[in-house]
Parts: sequence; C-alpha cells; structure tokens
Amino acid sequence: MKLFSTRFVIRFWQFSILLLVLLSWHFASRSINVAFFIGEPLIVASRLINWLFINGDIYSHLGITLLETGLAFVIGTVGGTACGLSLGLSPRASAIFDPFIKALNSMPRVILAPIFAVWFGLGIWSKVALAVTLVFFVVFFNVYQGVKEVSPVILSNAKMLGANRAQLLRTVYLPSATSWVFSSLHTSIGLAFVGAVVGEYLGSARGVGYLILQAEGTFDINTVFAGIVLLTTCALLLDALVGMIENKLMVWRPKTDIQQQI
Amino acid sequence: MTPLALQLQQVTCQFAANDASQPTYTAIENVSIDLARDEFVSIVGPTGCGKSTILNVAAGLIRPTAGQVRVFGEPLSEINTHAGYMFQSNALMPWRSAIQNVCLGLEYRGCSKTESVLIAKDWLKRVGLGGFEDRYPHQLSGGMQKRVALAQTLALDPDIILMDEPFSALDVQTRQLMENEVLRLCQTQVKKAVLFITHDLDEAIAMSDRVIVLSAGPSSHPIGDFVIDLPKPRDVAEMKTSPRFHLLYSQIWDVLRDEVLKSYAKQMGQVV
Repeated sequence: MKLFSTRFVIRFWQFSILLLVLLSWHFASRSINVAFFIGEPLIVASRLINWLFINGDIYSHLGITLLETGLAFVIGTVGGTACGLSLGLSPRASAIFDPFIKALNSMPRVILAPIFAVWFGLGIWSKVALAVTLVFFVVFFNVYQGVKEVSPVILSNAKMLGANRAQLLRTVYLPSATSWVFSSLHTSIGLAFVGAVVGEYLGSARGVGYLILQAEGTFDINTVFAGIVLLTTCALLLDALVGMIENKLMVWRPKTDIQQQI
Repeated sequence: MTPLALQLQQVTCQFAANDASQPTYTAIENVSIDLARDEFVSIVGPTGCGKSTILNVAAGLIRPTAGQVRVFGEPLSEINTHAGYMFQSNALMPWRSAIQNVCLGLEYRGCSKTESVLIAKDWLKRVGLGGFEDRYPHQLSGGMQKRVALAQTLALDPDIILMDEPFSALDVQTRQLMENEVLRLCQTQVKKAVLFITHDLDEAIAMSDRVIVLSAGPSSHPIGDFVIDLPKPRDVAEMKTSPRFHLLYSQIWDVLRDEVLKSYAKQMGQVV
C-alpha cells in the first residue's frame, strides 16, 4: 500500500512538471514574435495527431529511422562486446591497440557522416554506419572495463573448480560483462537514435530527420518540434524496452528500493 | 609407504615490490610443510605473514620462486586438480543461483546436467540449505553463502581441501556451527587432507591434528609445529573448556605472541 502511494506521488510530480512546462510554453507562445522561434504546443500537437492518426505518412519515415537505429544498435553492441572481450582478455593486444582506440574515440564522428554517404550511398546504411561508430565505443569501453574488473577471487575459484579457457569465458567473463553491457545500453540506444537522425539530417530522402530538415527549410518551427517530440517519445520507449529486457535477464541482481534508502 | 597428500619443499615466494630500494618482496622463505592424506593441519601467524601465499602455492595459483610442491608424490606444475579451495572472501558467482554455483565444478569437469544437479542438491541438503537451491547469493546471509561455498568445494570430492580463513567474516555463533559442520563433513566420511589457514588460535586448536606457527613477515617461515592430541570426534565449543586445550593454547601462544608483537611493531613503524 505504502509502495503504491510513493509511486503515485512520484508520478504526480512528474506529470505536474510536464504540465508546467507545456503551460509555460503555451502562454509564452501567445506572442507572435516569440511563437516564431519556439512554436506553439497546440499546433505541434495537432501536427502530431495529423501525422499519426489522420495522414499516416509518418509511419514510413519513422519506420526507416527505427530500422536504422535498431540495426546500428545491434551491430554496435555485438561488435563492441566482441572487441571489448577480446582486447580485455589479451593485455598485449590491448596495449598495442590502445592509442588507436583512443584516437578513434576522440575523433568528432559527426564529421564522418558525409564520408559514409560517399561510401555507403544515401540509403539507410550510411546512417547505420554513423550510429554504429557512436554505439560501438560506448559498449566497447564498458565491456573492456568490465572484463578487467572481473573479481579475481571468482576467477581463481573457477580455475580451482577446473574451468578451462573456454569455460572461463562462458561462465565468468561473459556473464560479468553482461551487467556492464546493460549499463551501457541505456546510453547507447539513445546514441543510436542520435546517429540515425543526424545521418538523415545531413543527407537523405526519407526518415524523421529528413522531415525535420524539410520543415526547417520552410521555417515551419511547429513541424520541427513535432518531429523532436516524436523522436524523444520513441527514444523513451526504446529505453523502457531495454529496461524491461534488463530486468528479465538480470534477476540475480539485488533490487535497490527507493524506500529503503533514506 | 603411501606418498603424502601435499608436500611443500623449501618453497620461497618473491613478488615485485613498488619500493625502489628493495625491488622484490619475499613473502615466504624456505617453507616446508607435509600434509598426510587424512590430516587436518592449521597454519596460524600474525597478519601479513604470507599465510594466503602458502595456500595459493599449494593450489597451484602461484608458482613458487624457488622450491617445489608435490601432490601425492607428483611435482605440481599447474592448477592442483586434487585440491578444493575455499576462499576467504565471497567467491560465489552472483549471477548463478545456489544450486548453479554448486554445479559449477561438476559441469566444468564434464558431468551431465542432470547428474550434477542431483549431486549439488544432495550437497546443499548436507550443508543445511535444502530448499534454498534457487536463491541467488545476494538473497542469502553471509553464513549461508559460506555453506554454499563449502558445498561447491566438497561436491567435487577433492582429496585435499585448502581453506583460507573461511569463517573470519562470520559472527561467533555462526562460526562455531560452521566449524562443527566442517569437522563433521571432513571427518565422518572418507577422511580428507585439510590445510586450514586462520588467525584465530582457538579455531586452529579445536579443529586440527596439527598446528603450524609462522613467523612474522617478510620472509616468514614455520617456527613451531604442535601436535594436537585432543580426543575425536570433537565439538568445537566443548573443546574450548577442556584443560588440555588450555595447556596447548598457552604453549602455542608463547611462540605466537612474540611474532604478533613483532609484526605489530613493524606496522606501527611504517605508520610513524
């Protein structure tokens, strides 16, 4: 009962804050001069309703953007995990590759978008490539760190129990890397989205990023905001999906209860 | 004559130290210990005297700088497959339930899933954790986690059991229960060779056939070897009230006290 009421209080405040933001936006945009810059929430809402329920042409654009995000997310995560594991397990290889990885990671990757467009064309793959470069490193560094921080006692224990190298990888390194991967997935799903949209924004014929670019070209600020709201909602939903999968897979992790922490 | 379960012959271990004036740190020097196949030997000594190093050498996790380890007469060159090791800190995998943790060693050694689950279930029952099979380590108390670790080690039926202060993190009552449990499990069935490390002299005397005292580190080595002739089977709590126990205690403590003071003085010197 207590639990229900705290959850209710939290939801109440979240809703209130949202409402406050929307109301201030609404009243600020009463002035035409201001509305030109920040749009009007009611028009943004009607644009969204038009997209989603009346016109319906948003779905093909949104589908493309989500497909790019999903592909980049999967490729980046699998690649990052594999590279993180192999470099984490081999000190020599990690010593050799260290400067290269640091260089690649510190490179401003948005600059790569036009190059990817040349390499992979204006279709979805140039966007996937850009998003992969963002996702890969987040996952890679998390897994790499995770492998290095595997408890030495658990490792020694597994060795004493008779584990060979392959068994160590399967029963010690992979599961302990998994928890690190999941902590990075929340960041990387957002980045995959950013990569896909920025890629579309810089050159494409479809996708939500393309719609936003079109609207900006005609100073249609309301459509831009509608696109942003749509993307944000999708990112939140994807994040919730990751959270759900995480809860399913990580049953062994102790739950932190808000109430118990004072 | 049957060979000894475990022999450390003139073992010396050096580690790289961060200190520039002294490039290596000698943890143990010229340590020789014999362990018969049905013997329970405890090693006591002041903190930082290299007790865990001895155990890691016996387990094959550390290669000695000099000297040799023999297991049932054979020189040891890699992991000691005859030995089960119970670590001081928690070595259970948090992502595996109690029964999955106990199954671990059996699965590594190629047991089928159904067979290892049967054996693991039986061992969990024997350490008093029947019904807790599907709990994850964080859902178990410290004492229960130690029981799971004990079951995990014993499920492989090792000939030699190495224990590194396994109960130091437990409260006094739980600790006594666990000590009796270990004695029961190690003594009633086929006897095992046990090398037990502790800083608690009470525990050492009450449980062992023999107590070895190590000198203060660095370069520590055995300086006393006492045969404990208390009657068996033992109950740890009862033992502690017997006059013989007190006599042995004061004999060993006479040797140990100086070393404890030495190591204490050294630590204080480092602080000042």
